[in-house]
Amino acid sequence: MDILITGILLGGTYALIAMGLNLQYGVARIMNLANGEILVAGGYFAFIAYTSTQLSPILTIFLVAPLAFALNWLIYRVMLQPLVNRAKNRGQLETDSILATFGLSFIGVGLMLSFFGGDYFSYSFMAVPVELLGNTYGANRVLSFVMAVLICGALYLWLNHSRPGLSIRAIATAPASARLVGIDVKNLSALAFALGGAVTAVGGALISTYLTLDASTGVVFTLKALIIVIMGGVGDVRGTIIAALLLGILETIVASLLDPGLTLAAAYVMFLGILLFRPQGLFGKKRT
Amino acid sequence: MSLTGTDIRNLCFATLAFAICALLPFGDNGYWLGLGVTIAMFTTLATSWALFSGPTHYISLATAAFFGVGTYVTGLGIETLPFWSLVGLAGLIGAVLAALVGLATLRLSGVYFVIFTLGLAELVRQVITWVQNNTGQKGLYVLTDLDEAGIYWWLLGLAAVVFLTGWLIGRSRLGFALRIIGDDETVADHSGINTARAKVLLFMVPGAVAAMTGAILAPRYVYIEPSLAFAPILSFQVVIMALLGGASRLWGPLVGVIPFTFLLEAVSSNFPNQTTLVIGVAFLVIVYLLPGGFVGLLDKIMYRVNAKERS
Repeated sequence: MDILITGILLGGTYALIAMGLNLQYGVARIMNLANGEILVAGGYFAFIAYTSTQLSPILTIFLVAPLAFALNWLIYRVMLQPLVNRAKNRGQLETDSILATFGLSFIGVGLMLSFFGGDYFSYSFMAVPVELLGNTYGANRVLSFVMAVLICGALYLWLNHSRPGLSIRAIATAPASARLVGIDVKNLSALAFALGGAVTAVGGALISTYLTLDASTGVVFTLKALIIVIMGGVGDVRGTIIAALLLGILETIVASLLDPGLTLAAAYVMFLGILLFRPQGLFGKKRT
Repeated sequence: MSLTGTDIRNLCFATLAFAICALLPFGDNGYWLGLGVTIAMFTTLATSWALFSGPTHYISLATAAFFGVGTYVTGLGIETLPFWSLVGLAGLIGAVLAALVGLATLRLSGVYFVIFTLGLAELVRQVITWVQNNTGQKGLYVLTDLDEAGIYWWLLGLAAVVFLTGWLIGRSRLGFALRIIGDDETVADHSGINTARAKVLLFMVPGAVAAMTGAILAPRYVYIEPSLAFAPILSFQVVIMALLGGASRLWGPLVGVIPFTFLLEAVSSNFPNQTTLVIGVAFLVIVYLLPGGFVGLLDKIMYRVNAKERS
């Protein structure tokens, strides 16, 4: 029971990060491998804000989100839009964007290393125990989970019950046809990419309240987010959330019963299972 | 198989070039030989990488995983088996591992493959670390009488084998099938090519070669531990070098390996903390400035020169 709740709490934040990536890949068609670096940057921002001005990470996210939004919008407009324009087919765009975002990811790590050094950073925010169903958990974990649920819920409502949300879902389903019904694919793709980056950075700020990060941990989160997105199905909000919770629970089980060093290996076994048996995602329909 | 005059001439030139390279240890035994080993290692890795990724456009980041497995084969077996058999064994294990990875991922689109190979080195590293922690063993000592020159010759021999394999594949039915897959997979599928089988078969080549390279280089490290043997940066360096040179020709990666090795050498000795930044910038240069690598650039220039002559 203890493990289950810890896993769900972790999975909530994972869901947030994976939602960010899913917006970027599902709508803007960019497999953003620099996603983890945006996350770590969000974490650094929260760390600096907390240690220098005692600003609560819950308030910091309102600063992190617009900043990350602007940064990701610029990245998409300046660096990725040309690739979209030049690509002759989906495969070429995939290869190009993978290489370009690898470059961004390494540059991100390099910049963070030279500004902040390679040390782990962590701070103690709300590290007080909270009792839930007979067991105690860190208040920061519970708070992060609640925030993640709120943000995921808001995103879900926005995507399903607003006009821009409808357009974005249309692009995710059929990018070529979306243009024909008068949807501004270019602008909305940039919007979705920027929004995805903002969500990821907020996830980073939240996760930094209870996990220790360093400049080069980004890639681990990128991998986890990718596994979640593929497991949940590209463009599928519900699938992403369930996949994230499953991964959070599995990781906690492996970490507490087997060895904390094997969490990524566990995620990989899950990934392999998905690739072999359900490559279209947990709830995806088989393509004919 | 019939050889034309150009083929025979090219083969002679290649043999001569290898013979000249093999003389390096007699000229210098210190800095330049060390650099020679690095270049020979990356040439082998990048050329075998491009054999698979050039025609198929799949970006493999599994090099570090296979390499690490190779070093562990040598590390575990050096006490009981002769060195040459360990290199062969590493190649065999690398090929089998590559086949398994290929069977799981190559039926699907390229993204799955990239993601899977991206974490593969980390996965194997975690498992080995876990096994070592549970058995109480820490690292492995590799003590041989193989010196730097010996390693260099082994690598050079392996590089020759890789070039020969690449040349033979290019002339075979498999090579032809792969070129069609690279141009248009749907067309390839419809003309009766078993695309998944061809890709898996070809992916076994870089897998085996990377594992053998790791096995050969293990004595250079002397002490092997997981974080050293499975350093993920190796995979990225190989990708950059191969694409910088150009993956469309057999000799393309070589053109990328030499300048990038010197660049990294210069950067890591002067600004040791900036290597990640350099790798990042190199990726962007490849995507935005040199999409076909140096080979692509050369092709473009040749095309323009020829066009001028014709008009």
